Amino acid sequence: MRDALKEFALPVFAIAAALLLFGVFVWFAGVSPVEVWIILFKGAFGDAFSWQNTLQRAAPLMLTALCVAIPARAGLVIIGGEGALVLGGLACAALPYVLPLPLNALGSLGLCIAGALAGGLWIALAGWLRQRRGINETISSLLLGYIAIGLFKHWVEGALRDPASLNKPATRSLAEGLAIGGIAGSDVHWGLVIGIVACLATGLWLSRTASGFSVRVVGGNPRAAQLVGLPADRLILAACGLGGACAGVAGAVEVAAVHTNANASLIAGYGYAGILVSFIARHQPFAIIPVAILFGGFGAAGSLLQRRLGLPDASVLVLQGIAFVLILASEGLRMIDWKLLLANRAPRTPREPVVPKEDSGTVPTVATVANLGEARQ
Amino acid sequence: MNADAWIALVAGIVGGALRVGAPFLFVSLGECLTEKSGRINLGLEGVLVLSAMASFGGAWLTGSAWLGVLIGAAAGALLALLHGLLCSLERVNDIATGIALMLFGTGLAFYLGKPLIQPQAPQLPAIPLGNWSENPVIRSALQVNALVPIGIALAVAMWWGFARTRVGLLVRMAGDSANATRALGYSVAGLRIAATTAGGFIAGLGGASLTLFYPGSWNEGISSGQGLIAVALVIFARWSPLRCIGAAMLFGGAGAIGPALQSIGVGWGYHLFNTVPYVLTLVILVLSCKPGSVAVGSPGELSSTR
Repeated sequence: MRDALKEFALPVFAIAAALLLFGVFVWFAGVSPVEVWIILFKGAFGDAFSWQNTLQRAAPLMLTALCVAIPARAGLVIIGGEGALVLGGLACAALPYVLPLPLNALGSLGLCIAGALAGGLWIALAGWLRQRRGINETISSLLLGYIAIGLFKHWVEGALRDPASLNKPATRSLAEGLAIGGIAGSDVHWGLVIGIVACLATGLWLSRTASGFSVRVVGGNPRAAQLVGLPADRLILAACGLGGACAGVAGAVEVAAVHTNANASLIAGYGYAGILVSFIARHQPFAIIPVAILFGGFGAAGSLLQRRLGLPDASVLVLQGIAFVLILASEGLRMIDWKLLLANRAPRTPREPVVPKEDSGTVPTVATVANLGEARQ
Repeated sequence: MNADAWIALVAGIVGGALRVGAPFLFVSLGECLTEKSGRINLGLEGVLVLSAMASFGGAWLTGSAWLGVLIGAAAGALLALLHGLLCSLERVNDIATGIALMLFGTGLAFYLGKPLIQPQAPQLPAIPLGNWSENPVIRSALQVNALVPIGIALAVAMWWGFARTRVGLLVRMAGDSANATRALGYSVAGLRIAATTAGGFIAGLGGASLTLFYPGSWNEGISSGQGLIAVALVIFARWSPLRCIGAAMLFGGAGAIGPALQSIGVGWGYHLFNTVPYVLTLVILVLSCKPGSVAVGSPGELSSTR
């Protein structure tokens, strides 16, 4: 129970501390921190419009976060989600060029499958390079991401370009019937449902099935996996493929629901923000859903910060960066044995009684962790 | 293509190798120093972008390009110091910290760099290597960044330092065996933090050469993964500062193919040619890594090669 509370409390405190530090940061720019916090909240969750904006951004974040989380459970640090997303979007936009699709939900499904295949194969390549050639998957997946962006631009500005798109090269727009629409007439598209279902399904797969368990064994203890004869190569490839497929679907959904064609605005950094979401959710698929909504909200509030307070649009990136640094720092701080530390300190200050064992439990521990987390920064 | 076009293409690639290779050289030297001490700093990508912004801003505010270089390098050192400190906490993985600092550094640079997109900053002087030639194309292509000779001197100094000086040996010891370092009474964390910070300072010089030399402006697309390529480049150079020079020039040349072709009027495949450095990196990794064995010359404590 105490561990569960710690699992939950640490990220919450890290995010709170990040918001606090971000307030100090904008204070240097001459902007009132309180105003920034209020606008961050209003722009993210203030009214129906901002909720729509938030959820629209949360959908791709959930899927790109899964692209980090699933391989992470198999012991790999994959950070090339942006490349898989971009290729997924490209495959989705390119499919109607080569295949006549039925103009209904079945056609949209075909688009998503094309995206999933493209993204899945791309990330599986990083996993394969690691298993076969021993190449660090973090570096290779990121390099593959840059190659994917180059390929995307080459095709969108070349063979697949719609001659009508003059200033901003783009592919031909998808037919009306193929587009993924909003849920119940709102701006929130069905991609959100896809994202939530993907998170739930992945979570159940990892926690409830034998194959999901084997993936976790491979990630947690490769030696043990080897000893019991688990097919590590295949499991790792599957984890990478599934993660990449999720990011590919994110790209396909962005094209089919938001942009209607593939153009450079698809490269919006969802892949990188997904890394952060996955790390904050501690690579737990269930936890990705709320974290993605939170960071989708910060993203949605970014433009409001720019319009109301004149802060640069990159301020959300700064907030994300601070949150990422703090979440990693909290990981290190939680391993410290605070009870022992407090007990050792206590006798030197005669006024304070020695902290009783029961009282030094969860609440003061967590508070101390958070305080120290700030102090260290 | 006629002879002039060929000359222009070759001059463009060679000049580009020196120009585009300069940031690669500094970042790979910085990464080399960090990795020799037993840590990987993927955050050098963030260091590069932040120091590019800081040096441009510094040069613009102080009116001196060389002061800008110093400010940029100091900014890089500060961000790398944060990496070193974070990694010294228990259970904090250096790869994850690197990713975090990559996001943090670029975010910070974009945020603080907003007012710097318009202005012109004083530029570093150019060394005209092409003056022997009458051909104006060659002369303009072989204008070399004044930081390049500094980088080459630094590489030689590091090579000598690793082999011959007490400090160099200490850094290598921290990278090869933490236990031996502790046994001799040195602080592993302290050595690594110092090496990471110094590596950030060197990488910061690379950031300065991005913004304070041709084309000489700050924009948000200034770096596209050079900091990460450097990690692969160090593996390719087998952790030798001297080989880093050659590797950096090779990558600079690969990165210059696209723009050089465009300058002589070949527009097709511009984006494809721009991916050549990344493809080259992957190919080199495929050729140089063997599964189940440790790369030759790699520091023993390095997490990426185990």
